[in-house]
Amino acid sequence: MKKKPHAIIFSGYGLNTEDETKATLEQVGATADIIHLNDIIAKPSLLDKAQIVVFPGGFSYGDDTGSGKAYGNRVKQHLGKALEKFLARDTLLIGICNGFQIITSAGILPGALIANDTARYSDRWVDLEVQGSSPWLKGTKTFSVPIAHGEGKYYAPEETLEKLKSENAIALKYVEGETSKHFSMPPNPNGSLQNIAGITGYNGRVLGLMPHPERAVRFTQLPHWTFLREEYVRNGKQIPTEGPGLQIFKNAVNYFHGK
Amino acid sequence: MVNRIAVSPKIEDARAESYFHVLKNIFPESGLTAAFAVQAYTIDAKLSAQELEKAGERLANPIIEAYAVGTIPEPESYAYAIEIGYLPGVTDNVGRTARETIEDCLSKKFADSEHVYSSLILFLQGKLSAREAESFARELHNPLIERANIFPQGKTIPVVVPKVKLGKPQARADEVDLDISDKEFLKISREGIRGRGPLALSLPAMKAIRDYFRKEGRNPTDIELESLAQTWSEHCKHTIFADPLDDIQEGIYRRYIKGATEKIRKQKGKKDFCVSVFKDNSGAIHFDEKYLVTHKVETHNSPSGLDPFGGSVTAIVGVNRDCLGFGLGAKPIANVYGFCVADPHDERELFRDPPSPKASDGQAKQKRQPLLPARRILEGIVKGINAGGNQSGIPTPLGFVAVDPSYRGKPLVYGGTVGLILRTAKGNPSTSLRARKLYEKQAKPGDYIVMIGGRVGLDGIHGATFSSESLSVGSPATAVQIGDPITQKKFSDALIREARDAGLYSSITDDGAGGLSGSVGEMARESNGAQVDLDKVPLKYPGLQPWQIWLSESQERMTLAVPKKNWTKLKTIFDRHDVEATRIGEFTRSGRVVVRYGGKEVMNMSLDFLHEGRPVNIQKSQKSKGPTLKSSQGRTLENSELQQALLEILARPSIGSISFISQQYDHEVQGSSVTKPLQGKGRVNADAGVIQPVLNSEKGVVLAHGYAPWYSELDTYAMAAASIDTAVRNAICAGASLNYLAILDNFCWSSSDKPERLYELKQAAKACYDTATAYGTPFISGKDSMFNDFRGFDAKGKPIHIAALPTLLISAIGVIPDAAKAVTIDFKRVGDLVYVIGETNDELGASEYSEAGKVPAVDAKKNMKAYRALSKAIESGLVASALSVGRGGLGVALAKSAIAGQLGIDVDLTKLQSSAKRADSVLFSESQGRMLVSVRRSVQKEFEKLFKGVALTNIGEVVQAATVSIALPGQYIDISLHSLTESYRSFFKNW
Repeated sequence: MKKKPHAIIFSGYGLNTEDETKATLEQVGATADIIHLNDIIAKPSLLDKAQIVVFPGGFSYGDDTGSGKAYGNRVKQHLGKALEKFLARDTLLIGICNGFQIITSAGILPGALIANDTARYSDRWVDLEVQGSSPWLKGTKTFSVPIAHGEGKYYAPEETLEKLKSENAIALKYVEGETSKHFSMPPNPNGSLQNIAGITGYNGRVLGLMPHPERAVRFTQLPHWTFLREEYVRNGKQIPTEGPGLQIFKNAVNYFHGK
Repeated sequence: MVNRIAVSPKIEDARAESYFHVLKNIFPESGLTAAFAVQAYTIDAKLSAQELEKAGERLANPIIEAYAVGTIPEPESYAYAIEIGYLPGVTDNVGRTARETIEDCLSKKFADSEHVYSSLILFLQGKLSAREAESFARELHNPLIERANIFPQGKTIPVVVPKVKLGKPQARADEVDLDISDKEFLKISREGIRGRGPLALSLPAMKAIRDYFRKEGRNPTDIELESLAQTWSEHCKHTIFADPLDDIQEGIYRRYIKGATEKIRKQKGKKDFCVSVFKDNSGAIHFDEKYLVTHKVETHNSPSGLDPFGGSVTAIVGVNRDCLGFGLGAKPIANVYGFCVADPHDERELFRDPPSPKASDGQAKQKRQPLLPARRILEGIVKGINAGGNQSGIPTPLGFVAVDPSYRGKPLVYGGTVGLILRTAKGNPSTSLRARKLYEKQAKPGDYIVMIGGRVGLDGIHGATFSSESLSVGSPATAVQIGDPITQKKFSDALIREARDAGLYSSITDDGAGGLSGSVGEMARESNGAQVDLDKVPLKYPGLQPWQIWLSESQERMTLAVPKKNWTKLKTIFDRHDVEATRIGEFTRSGRVVVRYGGKEVMNMSLDFLHEGRPVNIQKSQKSKGPTLKSSQGRTLENSELQQALLEILARPSIGSISFISQQYDHEVQGSSVTKPLQGKGRVNADAGVIQPVLNSEKGVVLAHGYAPWYSELDTYAMAAASIDTAVRNAICAGASLNYLAILDNFCWSSSDKPERLYELKQAAKACYDTATAYGTPFISGKDSMFNDFRGFDAKGKPIHIAALPTLLISAIGVIPDAAKAVTIDFKRVGDLVYVIGETNDELGASEYSEAGKVPAVDAKKNMKAYRALSKAIESGLVASALSVGRGGLGVALAKSAIAGQLGIDVDLTKLQSSAKRADSVLFSESQGRMLVSVRRSVQKEFEKLFKGVALTNIGEVVQAATVSIALPGQYIDISLHSLTESYRSFFKNW
């Protein structure tokens, strides 16, 4: 049996999607620990044992003073070096939603996430198109996942956007697809520049994205699964069990199994 | 040393844009052309210039923001700047995070007296008058918790430090002389000890207290009297439900609510799924071999009327603590909400104070304490649950808005939390920790009393006694608390992830109503005594009197009983999570509650008297005359009129889409979402939701609500029966089964000291018993709020009393073996057969369509058959869609399933099994027990076979054409799907 890659999921100060992220990683064959930020600051060598680091979603510091800012600054100040060391190895890191806001604030990825154009928190599904190349996104072209955020509009100055583009680091874009068509919703949920939903760094090994793939791992999490179920039933087909977000986590595990 | 750092956006700012649009929307005539927002941090701490620069760098994200120390960057030209900041002592979460950020970047801790205060400065451009600026300011702030200062361009915006300054606390408690006349007793009860705020104690209660202290040979202290008032309050002891009413000696709670549950549990025998009912902070039922699910629903009405945002944050994070405080701590896995409010367009002006003789202008109006406009109350409530639920990482799969003019005085804000808890925690031989039940608890003598979470301030003093009174002159402003969800999330992580399973504490409860007085007083019963040292309680600011520390309802606190040997371990966990945990005393077996302050004993009372000393109040009810039944109007409506009526009803706030709420409440966090709050292509709000709480178990939890307050106008028995029937029916339609469904009751009454209202209450409670026992759905938890009255003044100064409709929210919770069998409300495919289950009677009384007529009655025996049959059909995978027919009758139900599926239908309602004959009655009657389902043709026979002996009518089919066509007696209506959808979405379209 291959050795399972190990993931560390950051927690504390209002992060809140650690449990489902852990369950998903374990489901696809990783081991995962949820560790409080303060414990990692106290012992950065904890990161030495991990192949995958996750900054999960949540509401660190209640988004007070700006989403991801307070947590991100804390990470930068106390763990900047340790994370550099972690990323100097052949490792993977993902920032999901608040985690994406945190890793941009901490300077791990460029740009910033600012208030949605509607200035309101929004929970809905979106359709994504994979643009860049990243170990996290192998084998997927388009997929649907939910978002839930108030500050998810990706912003970066023109030169940063150019640079991202030239480095093939714009990883995910909001596009018109299955769910936005089904529910007649605009594809871009927040006014993100160039419809950016996620970007990569470190040759694709670091992925930051606003949508929540860990909430799209079961068929019954889809917003229209009862509609789809009727299609399957009437066509005499087996009803699927997995959801489209699972692939991202499978990719992460496969990345290490491919070694 | 006070400094100010200002953070301003360098790029387009959606927040400022949003302020601009809000103001422009409300004041379309004004010359406002643009708004700019600057976030200010006022730092009351010793920091060097260099440190301030560093802090500024930290508080701004350089890509999008700039910071300035000591100056406020302002636009080149503007008409007015409005600064909005909190009043002293009001929870300032942004300020607190800024402080932690600065502490972290400077690697130094602020002193207790050092603080950071946040404020928002809004620069407004355009041609504006001073009067307009004042109107804007009024719209932008709530004077109970915030200040707004207005500055024309050129005027400096001064630094304001909202520091709480209290006098020196007395090192002792005041003695209260109870050797006084009845009149003086009543005065103390009404106005409090030296006018500190109401105690709301009855005369017999006051006398019982006097007699008790006579025996003790002394007068009570203020803190003792306050403790008694809190412990005996209607809010905490539920006196109206508990005390004898007419010939019901045991009280209506024991007879009708608890009585129903006892009977049902007995009948269920081995199939009983209740595990912990009525005794803990939530009720709990069996989920599977490993887990229990818990549920609790609360209201937070009076504070939400004063500060809708703060009130509703507190509603939701408060009920989250009822979940965390169940057993040794359940994990919150879902929030539900319900807002009973006035129509946001209700323009009535209401005041808490009478006009003073000289007053006439707008300024004077402000001084009369106006109630917030109906619109702002709803906006604030919606925002509060958003902040509380989203920030806590708890999904919100279900909720509703119900509108009635009687909710204008006090809104009803329901918040509920479902929890998940392991039955037993494993032992650990290496630490000699034994395996133990997690759903039971017992504080032991010698355990430390430990307070965790936030600090104590003046917030919410008299909350418990206040909510037992109506909202009126003298309602204390300190009664309002603002929640801080992140502090709570931090200790929730520490509790649920670590301390609980490590077995470090033996009991836990929430510091809710009555603060420490409530929690310690309650837990002391487990060990039979407690001793507290108030000097040890961490305070937000100095100067609190001992009784204030004891009674404060400052949020985000819980009390633990911690065995001495575990203290260091527990403290370490909380330190790591950056949460304060403080030993404030010890549980004892003395039979007394002893409180010390400044080295002196300020309270020393028998626990028995504290909890059992309240004299029983013998209540008498009197049959209310009730409104005379108006017969329904006899006129036959034309097609076009009926069509118009349906469109109008869909456009009402109690019926139409509340997608703007559903979408801003995260319902997918925790990865448990199965059916969504908005269902189908057309995104129609559902009245039930299904979650899958244990990620590797297929089992689902069905949540549903039921309410019918409008029927109270005619008959509270019918109202309560319909509320239960609706909750049950909603749950059944989503996939639940009667065998495994529990319910919760939340009564919100008004003027409950009136015999007529008590009669109505008795009737409603009786209906609860009759209906719940008929369905076999036990009550597992409940709560009541008995004085939802507003007594104040209208614009002209005329006294006015607004009593909320007697309202009962029933919340249903059921477990289903396979979440993937759940059903949604949307029609799915062209050609599917459409059925109505249940009988349609002429029951238009107090309906959405008409006031006159008979109020719907519940025939539980008949309905039960139908529910069982539908459950079976759903389990067998035969049902494509199911929607419970509720408010607005079949007309609304047909429209909703069609809008949700974005598919037309062609149905014939003349085929219905119906005693309703008139077209409008068939279309809008709100007869209970009915469900609208669609089924694929290939299973027609199989489906119909299940409904032997049940009224089942195939009324037509789902069609390709985008129209809803309904044949009615003598009429035929035909409405385009597009107009139905538009109407359904119209009311809150721009919210």
